Order: sequence, then structure tokens, then C-alpha cells
Amino acid sequence: MPESIVSLINVEKRFGSNLVVRQMNMEIQEGEFLTLLGPSGCGKTTTLRMIAGFEDATSGIIKVQGERVENKEPYQRDVNTVFQNYALFPHMTVFDNVAYGLTIKKVPKDEIRRRVTEMLSLVQLSGYEKRKPDALSGGQKQRVAIARALINNPKVLLLDEPLGALDLKLRKQMQIELKRLQKKLGITFVYVTHDQEEALTMSDRIAVMNGGVIEQMGTPREIYDRPKTRFVAGFIGESNIFDGVVRAVDGDLLRVECPAGTLTTRGEGFQVGEEMHVSIRPEYLELGTGKAEGFDLPAKVKDFTYMGTVVKTALDLSDGTEVKLSRFEQDERLHEGDAVQVFWDPDKSVAIKKAQA
Amino acid sequence: MSTRINDTTDLQAISRKRDLRRKTLPALAQAGPVSVWMILFVTIPMLYIIYISFMSRGVFGDVVYEFSLESYQTLLDATYFKVILKSLQVALFTTVLCLLLGYPFAYYIARKPPEKASRLIMLIMIPFWTNSLMRLNSWLLLFQTSGPINNFLQWAGITDAPITFVYTDGLVVLGMITNMLPFAVLPLYSSIEKLQKSLLEASSDLGATPRETFFRVTLPLTFPGIFSAVILVFIPSLGIYTVSDMLGGGKVLYIGNIIKNQFGSIRNWPLGAALSVLLLVITGALIFLYTRFSKLEDMEVV
Repeated sequence: MPESIVSLINVEKRFGSNLVVRQMNMEIQEGEFLTLLGPSGCGKTTTLRMIAGFEDATSGIIKVQGERVENKEPYQRDVNTVFQNYALFPHMTVFDNVAYGLTIKKVPKDEIRRRVTEMLSLVQLSGYEKRKPDALSGGQKQRVAIARALINNPKVLLLDEPLGALDLKLRKQMQIELKRLQKKLGITFVYVTHDQEEALTMSDRIAVMNGGVIEQMGTPREIYDRPKTRFVAGFIGESNIFDGVVRAVDGDLLRVECPAGTLTTRGEGFQVGEEMHVSIRPEYLELGTGKAEGFDLPAKVKDFTYMGTVVKTALDLSDGTEVKLSRFEQDERLHEGDAVQVFWDPDKSVAIKKAQA
Repeated sequence: MSTRINDTTDLQAISRKRDLRRKTLPALAQAGPVSVWMILFVTIPMLYIIYISFMSRGVFGDVVYEFSLESYQTLLDATYFKVILKSLQVALFTTVLCLLLGYPFAYYIARKPPEKASRLIMLIMIPFWTNSLMRLNSWLLLFQTSGPINNFLQWAGITDAPITFVYTDGLVVLGMITNMLPFAVLPLYSSIEKLQKSLLEASSDLGATPRETFFRVTLPLTFPGIFSAVILVFIPSLGIYTVSDMLGGGKVLYIGNIIKNQFGSIRNWPLGAALSVLLLVITGALIFLYTRFSKLEDMEVV
């Protein structure tokens, strides 16, 4: 197993009586693109700021390259940050902004010139050296911010929602560019975002956070296909989640009873009578006129939404909850108000343990 | 009745009329009263002072309306020159001290949460609710030979004999600083408060020690505030005469005292006017520089 470049061991952060990050344990591997993903207020930015040194951990150990850094100031740490609002120095030109770290380290002038030029061409901003930050567009500011951080050859680059202020199209483009840059340079990126799609596209691994704890950590595929908690299932992509009780266990096949009816799923380690959740993606949902084996989920077609690449069909279950089904094409035989039965391949759904309260 | 529009000249005339009604008149209505006020109470007196400064003094201390450069020649006289130089020195000294005291204070306030900050600002404003002469008098009482400060120093055994504080330059500067400090703190506060915390974090993140961050980021970005503070402190310090009158006992003469005396007891209006014009020129030069820098400030607001 490769050496981890950043380790968080039992890290906690408290603001007053507010526990923002609790018992955080995380190993970040060298060269990986790790994303901290979660809704606002989940503690992801605080975690990043603790690694950078802007916030002190209330307790716990933070290591960068095996060395403890809790008592080090930000300027003593071998990590650099790309800020959410770019935080470019408004009184300096693009050149001076990018050169800042090297100037502080008293690197010889001609070397600074060479490296800044190199870095600006890497982020495709050659020719902008003399501009002031307020004469740049959002995307350009972002590139300057990235260049300014990367020029110091940090061991780890921390990015705090760096694309949050950009419009959708530019954001998509920058996502790809950032990912390419990271691969090319081989620098560890720790990326904070609340955008699950962004996390899925860019990351090697994702840590999904909620309420100050990591709910699940894994590759995008693991997180998407095998969510471990109800929160992760709901937060990543779209999901239909059923809360139910296990009524029968047959190998790893579970018969689950929920308010809307009965369903079948695969899942290991469940016992009869156990409360649990079942998550199924809209693309795996199927409809029929009669009951499928192991399923009894009567539903009524509510409406159709055309989304460009897919058509979403909303259905009302008998208990009033709504499920969504998505297909590339709309099924011509379906009409609003049709009574149908919902089912799916039990291999496609995920059985999730109920969280211990 | 409808107007028929035949050609573009008509159109232009109409739009000009409309502009007059929609833009020019309201603008005048807004600026008018202020303009009248400024012309009546600032421009006319100022022009009058400039006019008088070029006149001659009559035998009885009256103004003789005859062109003369005598007053300006008198200004170059060693006595007056010294006073002017000394006034500039004291004003500069006051300004520098106000900056040195005001900056850390303003920084401290600006880093507090807003409610606390406004309470602290209030604290420096409170002394200004009392009359400035009262304040100056209380300084005199505190520092006089048999005053509480001298008594304390003797009681504590720091000195054997009372120290003469009153009517010295030191006490004048102290009086000036207490008078002027708020004018330094307020603009400094507002520019430090505008400074984004993330810029300081970014600097630190890029390897700068707090000291380097201060000189490379904080100071340059708060320069407009520093300049406002300089203007707001330096100009009044140059002209103020109550402080040196009371705390300097009239023994220490500054440009302000001389102007006052020329218009008052000595009755040499042209000379007083010439001195006033000199103050105006210094002030004007500073304000010119200030507008230059505040333009820079506008550019730098992101």
C-alpha cells in the first residue's frame, strides 16, 4: 500500500458548542484526486481549511507526508490552496500574483520569470502577464489562482469549490482541464464541492460527508453503485429509496415489506424483521401490467418530463410517495393515469442498513 | 393636438427638450441648493481672501484697495518662514503619530465582529461629544504643575520637582493627537475592514510570514485609507490654532495663531489673507494628490 500523503486521525473541529467535524479519519494517497463531497455545512470546507492550516483542529492529528502539522502555520506547510473566490491580489498584475510564492522564497529573478512564463502557458494564459485581476473573466481568474498555487510545487493542492462561481459550460470545460492538469503533474488534489456530478467526473476517490462525518469513501463507481447509507444513496445521483422491513431471507435475496407494497432485493447480513432501506436508480426501474415475481408495487403514471437525453416518468405509489423512472425514449404505450406495477432486477437495487441513531 | 414629426431635426429638438425636462432640471434641482450654499459660503469668501491678500495694509489696520505683493514678500521673512516650517513640522509629526497609533487600533477594530466594532468606534467618538475647548482645558488641569499627573509622579517618586508640561510643544502635540486621532482611525478602519480575509490567507498559504503579508498585501491595499487619514489629519493640524493657543499658552506660535492674530489683534488683513492662501495652496496640492490616489482605489476594488 502506498504511503499516504495526508492523514487525518480522529480530527475534530468545534466552533463554540457546534461540532462541525467529528471523529474524522482519512488517508489521502499520493497523486490521487480526492473529492470531499457533501451539502453545505457538512464540514468539508472546514476539513480542507484544517489541512491548509487556516483552522486549528480542536483535537486529533493531521499529518502531511508523515509529519505532524497541527502546530504549523499555513506558511510553514507544504500545501497550497485554490480559494473559492480566487483571492487574487487586486493590486498586483497576473505575473506578480503567480510569482508571489517564489518572490517570498527569494528565488532569483530570472528563474521566477522563466517559471511564471512556463506556468502561465500551462494554464493557457500566456500574454496576460501585465493584466490586473479585475481585467480578467471568471475563468481566467480561476486559472491564475491555480497557476499561483501550482508554481510552488506543492505536495498537495487543496481546492475549495474552485468552479463554484463559473457558469455551467465553463465549469464543465474547467473540470476536464483540471483533471488533465492533475494527471499531467501527478500532484495530489483534494477537492471540495457540493456538486455530485462534478465529483463523479473528476475524482479518483470521493469522501461523501454529512453532518461532520464521512458517510462513505470510495471510487465514484462504488459510491454510485453501492451506496452504504441512505444519505449517500439520495445525495449521489437520483435514487428511489424505499424504507421497509425484511420479511424473508433466501440466501442473499431479501423480501422487503414497505408502506407501498413488497419488493425484492439482494443484500447480505440482514435478518428477518430488520428495518432497512432499498435504493434503486431510475434507469433500472421497470413497469409491467401484472405483478412480477417477488414484487407487488402498484403505481399510477403521474407525468412525463422531457430532459433532453432522457425522459423521466413520475409514478405515484399506493402510499402517496413518488418514484421516478428514466428512459432514453418515452414508452408510447404509457399514458398519464395508467395503473401499472413497478419492479426491477433485484441485482440492480442496493440494500442499505438503517443508521444507528 | 398632435405634433407631426417631419424630419430628424424636429426629432432632435424634441429629444433635447425631453432631456432638459427629464435629466437637466432634476439634476439642477438636486445640485442647485448645495451649489448656492457652496458658492455663498465657500467660493465667495475664498475668492475674497485671495483678493485681500494682494491688497495693502492701511496705517490704521484697515485694508487699502491697492495692488501689492507686500504680504507675500513678508511671508519669506525669516520669522514667518520659521513659523511656517514649524507648523508643517508639528502637523507632520501629528500625522505620523496619528497613523502609527491609529493603524493598529483600526486594524484591531476591523477584525472584530460588526457589533463589537461599532461599539469600539463609538468609544473614540464619545470624547467628541464634549466641546473641544473643555477637552483642552481638562488637559491643562491634568498636566499643570500642581495637577494630578505631577502629583502622582512625585508621589511615586519618579521625579522630585514637578515637571513643566503646560505650554510646551509636547503638550501641544498631545492635544493635537487626541483631537485628530478619530480622523485617522475612521478612514483606516473603513479600508482595513474592506480587506478580504481570504487575501491574507492566500498570502500565508503561499509562504509569507505575517510580517511579509502585512507589507506586501495589507499595507498596499489599505493605502487609500492611509492617504485619506493623512489628508484628514494633516490639513486641520496645519490650520488649527485653539490647541496651540490653549496648551501652548500662545507662547508657541503656529501658522494658525498668526492668521488669527493678523485678522484679530494685529489687524493686518492682507498678511493674514496671504498666510491663508498659503494654507489653501498646501491643502489644494494634497487634495489633488488624494484624488489621484482615490482614482487608483476605484480601480482596485474587485
